[in-house]
Amino acid sequence: MAVLKTEQLTYVYSQGTPFEKTAIDHVNLEINEGEIIGIMGHTGSGKSTLIQHFNGLLKATSGKIYLDGKDIWADKSEIRSVRFKVGLVFQYPEYQIFEETVYKDIAFGCKNMGLDEAEIKRRVIETAYDIGLPEEILEKSPFELSGGQKRLVAIAGVMAMNPRVLILDEPSASLDPAGRDRIFDCIKAYHKKTKNTILIVSHSMEDIARFADRILVMNNAGVFCFDETEKVFSRAEEISKIGLDVPQITKVFLELKKYGLDFGKKVYTVEYAKELILKNLRERGIVC
Amino acid sequence: MLKDITIGQYFPMNSVIHRLDPRFKIVITLIFIVMLFTGESFICLGISAVYTLIAVLLSRIKFKMFMKSIKPLMPFLLITAVLNLLFMGDGEVYFHWKFIKITSDGINVSVFMIIRIVLLIMGSSLLTYTTSPITLTDAVERLLSPLKRFKFPVHELAMMMSIALRFIPTLIEETDKIISAQKARGAEIDTGSITNRAKNMVSILIPLFISAFRRADELATAMECRCYNGGEGRTRLRQLKSKLRDYTALSVTILFFVCVILLNIFI
Repeated sequence: MAVLKTEQLTYVYSQGTPFEKTAIDHVNLEINEGEIIGIMGHTGSGKSTLIQHFNGLLKATSGKIYLDGKDIWADKSEIRSVRFKVGLVFQYPEYQIFEETVYKDIAFGCKNMGLDEAEIKRRVIETAYDIGLPEEILEKSPFELSGGQKRLVAIAGVMAMNPRVLILDEPSASLDPAGRDRIFDCIKAYHKKTKNTILIVSHSMEDIARFADRILVMNNAGVFCFDETEKVFSRAEEISKIGLDVPQITKVFLELKKYGLDFGKKVYTVEYAKELILKNLRERGIVC
Repeated sequence: MLKDITIGQYFPMNSVIHRLDPRFKIVITLIFIVMLFTGESFICLGISAVYTLIAVLLSRIKFKMFMKSIKPLMPFLLITAVLNLLFMGDGEVYFHWKFIKITSDGINVSVFMIIRIVLLIMGSSLLTYTTSPITLTDAVERLLSPLKRFKFPVHELAMMMSIALRFIPTLIEETDKIISAQKARGAEIDTGSITNRAKNMVSILIPLFISAFRRADELATAMECRCYNGGEGRTRLRQLKSKLRDYTALSVTILFFVCVILLNIFI
């Protein structure tokens, strides 16, 4: 069953002024329970506006949005509970940190949910452990941590709320490769453990290709395509035309095809490429 | 909600008022304010109102924009009016209850005060609406430059002013982002009880201060990288030159001011 569903979702900024701009235009989507969705699209394509609708931070100009088949705006006073079910981690989430200790900052969301002390403690410690934050860090001030660690703390704060849908806006922006891998490993581990639905906005095709089940490509306030990862990257040329990139390894294989080396399959991760090449070599009787 | 703030907003257009020398505009605005507060009768106020209206029409900025700048000061206006209305003692008594009485003087004074403040806001908004912050600070620097002789840090003051103005929109945007982020974590910011809201203000203010300090630090470094070392020997891209229209505008303003003074003396 679809956990999130949008129907003709439209949002217009500054309606009725000369600055009027349609950020998302009649978007229809269905996101299934437990999926990992990658969201791509260049700046201004409406990604950030779209994800802020999922937890009710923005209210659509027209159209509906359903969480578990229920219209999230059916009861306006219930919108806060939607925010606990759909956790949103903004871009550069480390800038929202404010508490004196890491523990308190991770606990902030849980506290707002009205959980009791024992449950909060259990969740904070568990999330910190899962995400790989050493326990002695919990009593430190978050402002003493490194940039990458701060970001992990901010993400942990939302994960601890155990939302059914976790949305992350560019979780790896401006981190070094090691920090980026660490963030994605954490998200992957979190998904494995909780089976919650995850939506990730990212510019890094490599990262999305590695673990998204389906990819949503946004362009000009609308859905350009929304399909399985493999199918999306098989449309490499169209995607390049709207100013986005496909993974480098996909480009390599597309180029190889031009030289007559057709592997017959779409390649979008380096691991898969290695496997495919080795298999091919073996078939031809070459062992290395 | 934060987008409604219009303080320091500039509407780039090409009217006569926009083209005036900013130094003259500042002086004219000062004369205008003095004029407003020297006028003691409704006739004087009428003259100031006519003056404001002409200036507003010449600027070709929509009247709605001025209403927008008055709106946030409405509570202040109302309180002034109500206090004057209730506690002004003299004149004909219309209504009396315990220590409260409404008199003809009270009504007169409160209406007078409201008009005066509205005109004040409109006149001063006109200055910021028609002058870009950069030229405005340039003009302040030039106007205050004689004070340099007394070791007054004129350039530093102007630089601080322009940096402050420059960062208003940035910080508003930042605040919006932080509010959204805390709301996403379930903080009650525009709903819930007042005590809860007040507590949650902390979750907005701390990140905002931290980011403001961070920005200040980065800006200082960036300025130093470009060898900024104060106002000594700096040349400017835009030279301010006074023209005939600037002197005309100043003369007209002084004329109005003299009228108000004369009316004050003879009526």
